Amino acid sequence: MSILINKDTKVIVQGITGRDGAFHTSKMKAYGTNVVGGTSPGKAGQEVEGVPVFNSVEDAVKATGANASVIFVPAAFAADAIMEASYAGIELVVCITEHVPVQDMIKVTPVLKKHGTKLIGANCPGLITPDECLIGILPAMIFKKGNVGLISRSGTLTYEVVNMLTENGLGQTTCVGIGGDAVSGLYFIDLLEMYENDPATEAVVLIGEIGGDAEEQAARFIKEKMTKPVVAFIAGQSAPPGKRMGHAGAIISSGSGTAEEKIKAFKAADVPVAKEPREIPGLVKEKLGL
Amino acid sequence: MKIHEYQARNLFRKYGIPVPEGVVCHTVDEVKQNVSDKDKLRVVKAQVHVGGRGKAGGVKLAHTKAEAVEKAEEILGMDIKGICVEKVLVADAVDIEKEFYVGLINDRNTKSVTLMASAEGGVEIEEVAKVSPEKIIKMAIDPSMGLMPWQARKIAIQLFGDPKEIRQCANILVKLYQLYVDTDSSLAEINPLVLTPDKQVLAIDGKMNFDDNALYRQKEILNMREADKDELKEIEANAKGLSYIKLDGNIGCMVNGAGLAMATMDMIKLYGGEPANFLDIGGSSNPQKVVDAMNILLGDQNVKSVMINIFGGITRCDDVARGLVTALDQIKTDVPIVIRLSGTNAKEGLEIIQQTGLPVVETMREAAQTAIELSKK
Repeated sequence: MSILINKDTKVIVQGITGRDGAFHTSKMKAYGTNVVGGTSPGKAGQEVEGVPVFNSVEDAVKATGANASVIFVPAAFAADAIMEASYAGIELVVCITEHVPVQDMIKVTPVLKKHGTKLIGANCPGLITPDECLIGILPAMIFKKGNVGLISRSGTLTYEVVNMLTENGLGQTTCVGIGGDAVSGLYFIDLLEMYENDPATEAVVLIGEIGGDAEEQAARFIKEKMTKPVVAFIAGQSAPPGKRMGHAGAIISSGSGTAEEKIKAFKAADVPVAKEPREIPGLVKEKLGL
Repeated sequence: MKIHEYQARNLFRKYGIPVPEGVVCHTVDEVKQNVSDKDKLRVVKAQVHVGGRGKAGGVKLAHTKAEAVEKAEEILGMDIKGICVEKVLVADAVDIEKEFYVGLINDRNTKSVTLMASAEGGVEIEEVAKVSPEKIIKMAIDPSMGLMPWQARKIAIQLFGDPKEIRQCANILVKLYQLYVDTDSSLAEINPLVLTPDKQVLAIDGKMNFDDNALYRQKEILNMREADKDELKEIEANAKGLSYIKLDGNIGCMVNGAGLAMATMDMIKLYGGEPANFLDIGGSSNPQKVVDAMNILLGDQNVKSVMINIFGGITRCDDVARGLVTALDQIKTDVPIVIRLSGTNAKEGLEIIQQTGLPVVETMREAAQTAIELSKK
């Protein structure tokens, strides 16, 4: 078992004829992801990496029965692409594109709600259920099937941690990079609930960072609703207030959103917080009684 | 992106939000020339991109024109939290019966533009939020409908009693929302919004920030940018595809990925060092990016050692290593450098780096410890 995606997930690539779209289509296919089509307006009938191209998401869904999409279009067109996928009945949309304006994401939100669409991102590396399905730009070779779930607001930091988990014999059910923007699709609590309900997941690693209060909400959720152990790490303990640390959402504003507050919230929920990434595998093993 | 108060006031005026008269001046001479000769109560305000300027002495009352000139002379050139005051706003002071706060933000949780209002105006709203959050009224705005007049009245009624005042306030709220969405703002505050003894509702102080990701479609806002020294460096780095923030420490770091860059800074701090910066070079192995990044790092005189921390994902470590070798060939410096490579093809990458003779390690911890040691030599 896993969350969100598995070997039956049928994926289309929005923006498949672009450089990134084409490159990652080949990577996803090589991993075994069932990439059934792609879209690029006016380029229907072409093929990219052996995958048929359609003019619209609607056409692609009709022809292929796709239920997930991954977006590689430029930032100015990302919200449009998300809404197109939502209207076409795609259940899971993964938006890799970074630098999407916040007002665009705010406009997207009610559309997703109306159609019951789940969104990961924007500005995220995607997600993977090892040995079954990879959607996005994650480096496949570091992942290994297992019983640990992982959610993160980061990209390379996630890879760093996954690599350590795998090296320590801790495989993963599903790893999800939810993205570093202030307003984005699924948040920590949405995913924690899925992990709690997934029989294969026995522990969860949560990688948070400064900005907002998604970690504090996660801590409350863990305390009140979760039976499975969670181990956390928070990046940005040394970040100054008022400065955006690369990710649009990683900013301590008006004294809130500090790493200190988040660590305190996790400790209050009995969630161990690693001081450095390297401690994470040990803490997970401890929680799993290994 | 931040703008100054005087610029926010100009935008307010453009949208029909009433603000008292005022002029912005860069020099004392400009104050003498541009402020009318009439003696009246004015307020001279430093225009800087930091909070707490009042406490720092950057806001002063003046009863006459001569006094306004005098106060401007005191404030211009003043240092407020490390920033030199280069302009002042000389604005008419108004009598105040009551002060309020109104503001718009992008709320992460409701995923909407959220209107906040409070009868506790004129003070720092963050303080009110901490001490008595019940005094802040909040309303999430439906993006497909926008802020409707009846919704604005619903808020205004909680701040004002008289129908005329309620109408003025509601009007201001609707206009502020329009300005907010039109300009891709990320924060728009009127603090204080005041009621004068003759029952006028006015915006006395305004603050607006904008979404950097939307500046491509906000040319007018972009033209308003007046960055200070540190901000200029950040903007320059951005143009080169790098994300850079200067900090106060002496250990420079260069990392691929924002989350990992933060974790790297934290690691340096955890082992007793002080990071000199945040620097994310992104996902490519392009040597030019490394050269640009190194030039920025070494441009900071405080930097005593540099830690390069790369986790290879899709971009393989051997590609990154080749990029680093090419880049380091072009950079002549005495500042010691330690390199950490891990992830995809790390072994091949490490072999390539070893040819340069630079210390190269496999874990973040070792890299941080080495960089700290090197910084002390």
